[in-house]
Amino acid sequence: MTILVGAFLLLAVGACATAVVRPVRAAPALAAIAGGLGCALGVVAGVAALARGAHEIWTVAWSAPIGSLAFGIDPLSAFFLVCVFAVGGLSLLYAAGYFAGEPDARSAARAAAWLQLLVAAMAGVVIARDAISFLVAWEAMFLASYFLVTFDDRDERVRSAGFVYLVASHASVVLLLVFFGTLARHADGLAFAEFAAAPLAGRPAMAAFAVALAGFGIKAGLWPLHGWLPEAHPAAPSPVSALMSGAMIKMGVYGLLRSLAFVDAAPAACGMALLAVGGVSAIAGIALALAETDVKRVLAYSSVENVGIVALGIAVGMLGRAAHAPAVAVAGFAGALLHVLNHGLFKGLLFQAAGAVAHATGTRDLNALGGLLRRMPATGALCLVGAVAISALPPLNGFASEWLIYFGALSAGRPALGGGHAAVAIAAVPVLALAGGLAVACFVRLFGVAFLGEPRSPEAARAHECRPPMIAAMALAAVACAAIGVAPGLALRIVAAPALELAGSDATGLAPAAASLAAVSRVVAWLVAAAALLFAGRALLLRRRAVARAVTWDCGYAAPTPRMQYTATSFAEPALEPFLPLLSVRVRRRPVTGIFPERAELDAAVTDPGAAAIARAARALTAPFERLRALQRGPVQLYLLYVLLTLIALLVWQVRA
Amino acid sequence: MSGAADFLLAALTVTALYAVATSRLAACVRASALQGFILAALPLALEWRDGLAPPSPHVLVLAFGALAIKAVAIPALLLRSIRAAGVRREVEPMASLHISILGAAALVALAFWIAGQMVPPFRLPSRLLVPVAVANVLLGFLLVVARRQAVTQVVGYLVLENGVFVFGLGLASHQPIAVELSVLLDVLVGVFVMGIAINHISQAFDHIDTTALASLRE
Amino acid sequence: MRTAVACTWAALLLLALPPLLLGIVVRVKAIAAGRAGAPLLQGYRDLARLLRKTPVYSGTTTWVFRAGPIVALAATAAAGCLLPLGAGAALLAFEGDLVLFAYLLGLGRFAMMSAALDTGSSFEGMGASREAAIGSLGEVAVFLVLVTLVVATGELSLSAIFAGLDAGGGNPALWLAAAALAAVLLAENARIPIDDPTTHLELTMVHEVMALDHSGPDLAFVEYGAAMKLAVTSALLVGLVWPAAARQPIALAGGMIAVAVAIGLVESAMARLRLPRVKQYLIGSAALAGVALAAELVLRGAA
Repeated sequence: MTILVGAFLLLAVGACATAVVRPVRAAPALAAIAGGLGCALGVVAGVAALARGAHEIWTVAWSAPIGSLAFGIDPLSAFFLVCVFAVGGLSLLYAAGYFAGEPDARSAARAAAWLQLLVAAMAGVVIARDAISFLVAWEAMFLASYFLVTFDDRDERVRSAGFVYLVASHASVVLLLVFFGTLARHADGLAFAEFAAAPLAGRPAMAAFAVALAGFGIKAGLWPLHGWLPEAHPAAPSPVSALMSGAMIKMGVYGLLRSLAFVDAAPAACGMALLAVGGVSAIAGIALALAETDVKRVLAYSSVENVGIVALGIAVGMLGRAAHAPAVAVAGFAGALLHVLNHGLFKGLLFQAAGAVAHATGTRDLNALGGLLRRMPATGALCLVGAVAISALPPLNGFASEWLIYFGALSAGRPALGGGHAAVAIAAVPVLALAGGLAVACFVRLFGVAFLGEPRSPEAARAHECRPPMIAAMALAAVACAAIGVAPGLALRIVAAPALELAGSDATGLAPAAASLAAVSRVVAWLVAAAALLFAGRALLLRRRAVARAVTWDCGYAAPTPRMQYTATSFAEPALEPFLPLLSVRVRRRPVTGIFPERAELDAAVTDPGAAAIARAARALTAPFERLRALQRGPVQLYLLYVLLTLIALLVWQVRA
Repeated sequence: MSGAADFLLAALTVTALYAVATSRLAACVRASALQGFILAALPLALEWRDGLAPPSPHVLVLAFGALAIKAVAIPALLLRSIRAAGVRREVEPMASLHISILGAAALVALAFWIAGQMVPPFRLPSRLLVPVAVANVLLGFLLVVARRQAVTQVVGYLVLENGVFVFGLGLASHQPIAVELSVLLDVLVGVFVMGIAINHISQAFDHIDTTALASLRE
Repeated sequence: MRTAVACTWAALLLLALPPLLLGIVVRVKAIAAGRAGAPLLQGYRDLARLLRKTPVYSGTTTWVFRAGPIVALAATAAAGCLLPLGAGAALLAFEGDLVLFAYLLGLGRFAMMSAALDTGSSFEGMGASREAAIGSLGEVAVFLVLVTLVVATGELSLSAIFAGLDAGGGNPALWLAAAALAAVLLAENARIPIDDPTTHLELTMVHEVMALDHSGPDLAFVEYGAAMKLAVTSALLVGLVWPAAARQPIALAGGMIAVAVAIGLVESAMARLRLPRVKQYLIGSAALAGVALAAELVLRGAA
């Protein structure tokens, strides 16, 4: 526990120091050192807590409003601490490099301070053990991230993205207030221990679960409550996007997992609902990612997909638990938790690479990039690692977590388990397969169009490699991805304790998955050996021949240009075509006319039907309030006069009564 | 010595009235500084009223904190803002000066009436405490509502906070120190925000007349 | 269970047989067209010739281009090690290896698509884009077939599944699953009706055009990898249709040759489908696999 307090202190002190340090240029580096050290301590604390299986609660007396606040650590909290601090440390290291050349040094210093506070707030959410401290930490997390999202507030789009984020976050807070209020009334107290001791049951439990799913789902980014994600994540600077996508949306997942203990709802029905929501999120997310041409929007929608996959894992776990099938439940929860960690690592890596690209070329439009691998070799290689990892391909970490979810879902299909509710879990398999196939398409497109081929614009041709701290952060994440991918058995040990607790099983539930993951390592070793053998063989064959150089085969065209390469939109079109009836596509064209056309244009944009529907609903809800605009005449004094008159009226009324 | 406390409370109301009546910005700020000094002395006077018991440390800390922030730091910041913005006098206020003075008097009377109707659950250190607190709140509001210059509005906000502070003092022995600290912090935050706002307003508009903010509507 | 003899047979089936299978397909198509056709062992000679040549690399390409064929071939070989291949139990079998099998083939696809985009040519980009679409839809069908097998046998390892099928006997749902798998096999290996391996019109190619710029040993790896993928997927199909063959290498080889002949006949009888129809074909095979799964679930539930 002292290590954890030390981590918090380092982050808090680091934040204050970063905000006031002179010279201002040194602030991001100071943040990286102080905050990075704090995050490293935090990871150590989390791992130590996991190793000793800690279940502790500490109370802090606080007179207002309820007498005391409770904090605690248990396997689930410890695991999420590891995730938060790991991704946080990498983001701070990256931010040191990203903000180093920032012309507005004072804003950069403030942003670095807010970053540290954000990491501390997220850790606070994870260790909070009563409703008040949880909500305070939640709001602190929102505030810190809001100031980070609106870092570039001179840009109109960033301001409106910040506003969308504000509305979405507070909608989630309202839902959480309803949820905690219901629980508090039922359990007659505000501490999580009291909630867990007296769980809701029956119909109120289903309703409460739905509210919790909505509230935490907004934060996690489940479809269709994800509308703020594709706005806020691209608007924020890249270190912030990496942290938000890698760690902050996982706070919604954490909240959902916590509330499973408070609500004794029929887990089968809730599991099926979550399975449906997760499946739709996964497929809608990746399909919309395929449709986007802004690099960061692609990654934001991909986060929606990955949260859907985590939800699928949780659903498999819940269904397994309902059917008393420990193998299914443990594999499902373990896969979901491991995917939380893996996604933090590889999504952080990808956002950082996208930030480096945007920094170097000045554009985020995929259709303007190309050929960056020659100009940014380190960034490109690391982005390739991230792309392979997020497509869940062996030998990297994405495969390990998705494999666990597959294993859980397939185990549910074995007739020995009696079928029934658990068998529904096998519906997760084709959904995961489709999402996986589309993810491969999406990330080959992202990596290939951005880094391979020829540059499609002069900005891309002028790109340069990014600064060492940025490369160091990306390299660390890539090494972690490779390590988990090559030794998934070890990674399983990290998630074992929380998964077993969530599944309500003992260690035997883990044995089949552990044995299989050890075998996966063997196959990975064979794969690497085979590839190495082939490389060596080819080198041997070519050792005495001079390799010839030429241009790419162009079928006899006289003057191929880089613009003739496949664009991102054209690459995605065949894969996206079956989904187009479900998405709304806006096409603007100026067709080809005449035999020698001078100019033709085609612009196609896909819009997200879920987010559009929610926006329409929100507008319809606020329409009646427009009539209150008449009260808004302009001068600030008038509004304060309203306040004064109300105050006097209240005072008079109160003393009369 | 309830007499000293009553005297200080009355002086508080008079300074608030003076802030409403004057049209010179520097005088307004100095009135608020004077309020700060009074507020610093008030906890000591209240503690010492019944004889020779020396004030407890937390009261001294409170007094010193009030002195440092409200009597020194904030007025200094405001005076600096005035110098930087380069204005000396209040321009034509929203309600003319005569009307504001009459309104101020009416509000003080209203405050005393309201306080008379309220029955405190425990014995308060001074009979003037609640009326003066409510009066300050209402006078602070009046300043904010009836003035155009941003600096005067900050002073009005400070007067309002002073009223709340006085009210809290009366309950100080029954409430933990967190309430006072939060009130002080509140003021600090409020002034910083207003300081930033004045800064940006004067940069954007070349003056600190808040009626230009009237475009803040849709 | 895994003696030296069994290992040798498995190695032969995985490493030595593939070019022969391609040769058989070409020969069958030639005979059906009334020609004599190339010798059966031509594939080996072609590979040897390519290995002797010097590659030509485009100036646009990077190390990704040079790594693509090797990674694809290594992934396909590793996937082959997960199949029983006449030895009863695969070299690297474990519970849940069917997922790894499918994803290793996916890794091969990723590598080839990246290598294709590295050339900066619109032809390769087109091939990669079509391959991405076909791959994503094909994955669903493959996984639905695998789920059906899991439900039918209650086992999670490919080796155990084939052993279980051998013991359990066939049922109509499994025949549907086999039909779906056969349909997807044609798609995965880029045969007619999905893709025409003998066309020379670039705009009609899918797999061939991705390898357009490879030459020398790289092209040898590409061709050999494609042949190995055909061998691996046809071994999977044979195991599903004729489970006893999974334990006898000679029977398995015979089955794979039979599949090659069947492919040759299908290619001679049909033309390539238009691209929109290709997607309907894949969705249809996924639907067929889904029906097989539903049937299997009903049969199991009743049993």
